[in-house]
Order: sequence, then C-alpha cells, then structure tokens
Amino acid sequence: MTTTSTGATSTGAPSTGAPSTGAKPAGAGRSGGSRPGTGNRTTRVVGVAALITSAVTAYVGLVVSPPDVTQGVLVRLIYVHPAAATLCYVGFGGCALASLAYLWPRTRSPRWDRLAGASAEVGVVFCVLTLVTGSIWGRASWGVWWTWDARLTLTALLLALFLGYMALRRTGEGESRALRCAIAAVCFSVVVPIDHYATSWWRTLHQGNTLLGANVKIHGWQLTGMLLSFVAYGLIFAWLLIHRYRVEQLEDRYETVGFSAAIAARRAEGGG
Amino acid sequence: MAPAIHFRSVVALVDGYPVLAGVDLDVAPREIVALNGANGAGKTSLLRACAGLLAVSAGRAEVLGTDLYGDVRALRRRIGLLGHSAGLYDDLTVEDNLRFAIRAGAGRPDRVGAALDRLGLSGRLRTVAVSRLSAGQRRRAAIAVIVARDPELWLLDEPHAGLDAEHRDRLDGIIADAVGRGATVVFASHEAERSRALATRTVTVAGGAVVDGVLPARPGPPTSEAGDGAVAPAATPGAPFPEPSARHAAHVA
Amino acid sequence: MWRDAVLVAGKDLRVEARSRVTTNQVAPYALLVLLLFGFAFDQDHRLLVQAAPGLFWVAVLFCALLAIARSFAVEAADGARDGLRMSGLDPAGIFLGKAAAVAVELAALEVLLGAGIVVLFGSDLRDYGLLVATAVAATIGLAASGTVYGIMSAGLRVRETLLPLLMLPVLAPVLLAATQAWRAALGLSSDDGWQWIGLLATFATIYTSLGVLGFGALLEGA
Repeated sequence: MTTTSTGATSTGAPSTGAPSTGAKPAGAGRSGGSRPGTGNRTTRVVGVAALITSAVTAYVGLVVSPPDVTQGVLVRLIYVHPAAATLCYVGFGGCALASLAYLWPRTRSPRWDRLAGASAEVGVVFCVLTLVTGSIWGRASWGVWWTWDARLTLTALLLALFLGYMALRRTGEGESRALRCAIAAVCFSVVVPIDHYATSWWRTLHQGNTLLGANVKIHGWQLTGMLLSFVAYGLIFAWLLIHRYRVEQLEDRYETVGFSAAIAARRAEGGG
Repeated sequence: MAPAIHFRSVVALVDGYPVLAGVDLDVAPREIVALNGANGAGKTSLLRACAGLLAVSAGRAEVLGTDLYGDVRALRRRIGLLGHSAGLYDDLTVEDNLRFAIRAGAGRPDRVGAALDRLGLSGRLRTVAVSRLSAGQRRRAAIAVIVARDPELWLLDEPHAGLDAEHRDRLDGIIADAVGRGATVVFASHEAERSRALATRTVTVAGGAVVDGVLPARPGPPTSEAGDGAVAPAATPGAPFPEPSARHAAHVA
Repeated sequence: MWRDAVLVAGKDLRVEARSRVTTNQVAPYALLVLLLFGFAFDQDHRLLVQAAPGLFWVAVLFCALLAIARSFAVEAADGARDGLRMSGLDPAGIFLGKAAAVAVELAALEVLLGAGIVVLFGSDLRDYGLLVATAVAATIGLAASGTVYGIMSAGLRVRETLLPLLMLPVLAPVLLAATQAWRAALGLSSDDGWQWIGLLATFATIYTSLGVLGFGALLEGA
C-alpha cells in the first residue's frame, strides 16, 4: 500500500511522502478501538479516495497522455506543479482566514487556532513541493536551478514567511500563543498583494524566463490529467489537514484532562 | 462597603500550569493584608492576578469593583504594583523614571519631588542613572514611583527585601500614611515579625490557594468551598473545580 | 493616544541619548557592513556603483533589525514590560511612540549610510526628491512592521533568533521596492521610480494600521 502511494506522485518529488507516515496504515487498517488515534471514518474515506485518484492521475500522467510537442517529457510536471501551487495557496489562505476567524471576538474559539496551524503546516508541505518541481522544471528547461520567475519567487517568499509562522507556533502555548500566531498570519497575508506586485514588476524589468508561459496549450489527455491531479492532490491535502488538526485536538484534550489532576497536585504542594 | 478585592475559586494558568488553584479572598478597603507562605506558594501570582497582569481562567474575580474578565486597563491606573524587579529604565535617571511614570498615568508632576524626598532619593541620587544604583536604592526608586502615583490599591511583593533598617521603617510609615488617606495595601513578605506588626490581617497562601484568613476580621456568611475558615487541610482538592470549558465561557474576549 | 505616543517616543529617544547605543554601536556596524561589501565585490568599481542602491538598503535592513531588537530590549530589562502594562498608557500610543523613535534612529543612520555609499562606492546622488520620498516611505514601513514583530517576539526566550526570521521575509518587498526606486533615482535603470513609492506607502500604511489595532493584544500576551 505504501509503495503505491509514493509511486502515485510523479517525477520523484519527495514531499508527499507523508502518506507513508505511520498514521495512514493505522487509519486504514484498524477499526476505532480504545486507543485514541487521529483516524476516523472520514479520514479513511478521504484517504482511500486520495489513493485511488492519485493512482489514476499517475497512470494518466505518465502513461496515457502524450509528451508535449515543445516541452517533451517535461510537460508531465504539469500534473504536479500547478496543483501543488494552488493547494499551497489554499493552505496559506486557509491559515489566514482561520486566523481572522480566531481574532474576531464573536467567533473566537480554539478550533480556528488549530485549523490555522494545521493549514499552515500542510501549506508548507505543498509549498516545498511547488518550489522543488518549479526548480526542476527550470533546470531541465534552461539549465539553471533557480529562475527568478515572478511567481516562483513570490512562492519562495511565502515559504519564508510561513516558516517564521511555524517557528512562532512552537513558542509557548495556549491563548497567548494563539493570539500571537493569528495576528502574525494576518500580517503576513495582508502583505501578500504587495509582494505579488513587487515581484511581478521586478520581473518585467528583466524579461526573464517564465515557467508555464502562455505558449503552453493544454488539451485532451493533458487537460484531463491536470484536472485529475487537482482532485487527487486536493484529497491528499484534505487528508493531511484532518489528521494534523486532530493531532492538535488530541493535544489540547490531553491538557484539559490533566487539568483537575494538576489542580490537585498544585494544592498538595501546600501540604507537603 | 464594596470589598477592594473579591476572589472566589479563582484559577489562573501559566502555560497550562495552575499557579492559582482556587483562591478565595476578600480584602476590605483600608486594610493592610500580609501574604504569608513558602516559596512557590503563589503569593506573587496572587498579587499579579489582582493587578490584572495574570489572566484569570475560572472563578469570580473583582478588584476595586472591576471585573477582571473585562477590560482591566482603566483598573491598572488605580493600582500600584511593586514586583520583584524594579520596572525601571536602566539608562534613565531616577527623576526621569518618575516623571515618565507620572505623566503616563496622567498624575500630578508636583508629587515627584515629595516622593523622592520621602524615600531619601533627593540630592545626588536624583540624577543618577538607575543602572548605577545599588539594589536597595533601586527598590526605593520603585517605591517612590508608587508613592508619586498614589494609587487606591497597593500591591507590594516583598517590599522590605533589600532595604536597610531606616528605610524599612520609612516604608512602614509610608504604608500607614497611604492607608490613612484611604488606600488599601496587600503585601507579600517572608518577614514574620515586621508583617505582623504592620498588617491588620495575615493571610496564608499555600499550593496556589489561600488556606488561612480568607475573610476580613468581620466575616460575612461562610462559604462552602475548601479554603475558608481557620485552618483547612491543605492537600484536599475538595470541591470540584470548574471545568476548563468554563474558561472560554467566562472569558470575555 | 497621541499624547501617549509623544511621551513614549520621547522616553525611547532619551534612553537612546543616555545610552548612545545607536551612535556608538549601530552606526559603526552600518559603515562596517558597507566596507565588507566592498571587500566582497573585490573593489570592482563599476559593479559597486551598480549595486550601491541595493547594498544601501540591505545595510539599512540590518540596522533596522538591531534598532528594533534594542527598542524592545530596553523594555525587557528588569520588568519594564510589566511597568508598561501597568502604566495605563494607551497601547496604540505606545506602538506609535516606539515606532516613531525607531524611525528617527533609522533616518539618522540612513543619512550616514548615504554618505557612506557616496564615499566608499562612488555613487552619484541626484534626484533628491525621489530619494528622500523613498526613504521616508520605506523607513516608516520598516519601523512600523518591526515594532509589530518586535512586540510579538518580545517575551519569548528565543527572541534573538526569532525576530530576524520573522522580519526578513516580511521586509523583502520593502528592500525590493526601495532598491528599484533608488536605482531609478540614480539613473541606473530606466524605470519610473514613483510607482515603487506607491508600494512602499501601502506597506507602511498597512503595518501602521495593524500595529495600532493589534499592539494592545500583543502587549498583554508578551
């Protein structure tokens, strides 16, 4: 099972190796049981669906669809890169929206904080995937590992921003951390349009190489493959998100269950 | 008369750890209350919670008539907190620090001179950068800030620590004067003798809760929670504590 | 709010005047950075002239990191942050005051660095209107965003390394825009510099607003 899932992603891009972490077989194979895990019926359904669509995408992408006239075999990156990029933005955007929901007094709830953190992490995974595939594309097309393509540079900047966000999430815990991270996420997101204009204006000054330029016509099997990849990656994204969210949920539950015990222990300090 | 401090089953968390685990406390206006207890018992946390610096997660907490779950900024202007650290800017002089504190709190700048005199900081020490002062002098400068601000509630964490005998006596005088003018004073101290002489009531704190002396000298109707009355066994968790979900319900964002 | 801002800015600048950290440490550091760039570029005069605007703004960026770190280190010493919370000052005012003080310090450093690139790199400064406008917009943006992230990391143990990690990606567009504007001003590119200023102004406005709105909440959590 594990080999199929890693094989389902194309051209050796490493980061969606996440399905090969222990959680997946546990979710798929074991029934509910007494041990709290992060799997439940939803994740199993999503997981299986993700597997199937990934397999189909791989088949369509690698076998069925023809190589492009101009780009050759390289065009197969189209089954990874755009989907990964879109989901990366979905992840970061989701983090920003969840942070906004957390900051809004009426909807403040730890659920949004957890969602923001989980969304950002999964977004980072897809961001790395985007950058790696983009880099590979550039290398194969023009022989350089990094073309200062506007969109790619923007994505790299986003990655840096959200790595900072993840560092923030590792500091402290509870409400003060949630508040800090939520405000940081909103700050980052608000700056994204500025980043976008800055990088694209910058690139128009230096007419450089652009990935996925306007001259790529997508039709037929390529189109099908690309749409399928969006579905498949979307399902993988959802699966990762649900698991990551539930991990945080379990962590929080662990803390609150220990609450009464902690109170008792604290008061006992006075007697001892 | 409304109590200056009214706490019932107050729980306060720091990073998930309950530094206050169900505190009951009533302080009437113009009282001088001494907090007694071992290291780590929660005296500092209790003072900080009263100042609105430590967020309360559960229980009822009112200070000077203000609910601690609401906006505490206006409340803080009426409180003077003396913490372990002086809270002063090292590079500025004593006088600069006092002027800044007074103007920040919209107080009266003419009080600066009198406060400095009271703490023996006029003359040479007035224009010395705080970083050059000794620990005791720094303490006196911090106390001077509070004297100059003249708040309604004084929360002092080990105020006598580091002071020489003369200034300890002066501080006692300052506290007595403040109460005479209508303030309430709560202070934490390890010095049994001096606290007993100075205070109108002693409260014992242990294990994040008040185990002795919850209510002022004229107690109201007895409460049913653990921790009231004379001597309570310290180790019983006693009454069930509000569930953590109460934290979100009670905490008005 | 404005009264509090003026009070806090005055306090920060007075601390700076007494401790002289900016003049004695950050300024020499800034010039040193320029010198090191000279070494790195192997004295290639043409290259240095071309790169001067970018190098200038990178140096300013490094100075901004130091200035922000210093601004909050002053508060971290000896429980001053508690004092700030207990003082009853309006948090928005505290934000504006601290940001203003940092902006003033950065402005002074920029003048110094400007002289530096003229002397060390042989830059030819002209179109002062564009240069100054860029500097004003960029400096406000640097100070405002730095103060926001500064208070965010202020109470944390890892703040020395966290602050640069948070700030540098955020400030990247400022670096980009300011460099391009200055390149246009110095005649190194045929771009219209003023569109970049629009970008810088937007950045500055956004972060100033975010700071005014959010500083209170962040101060409580620090």
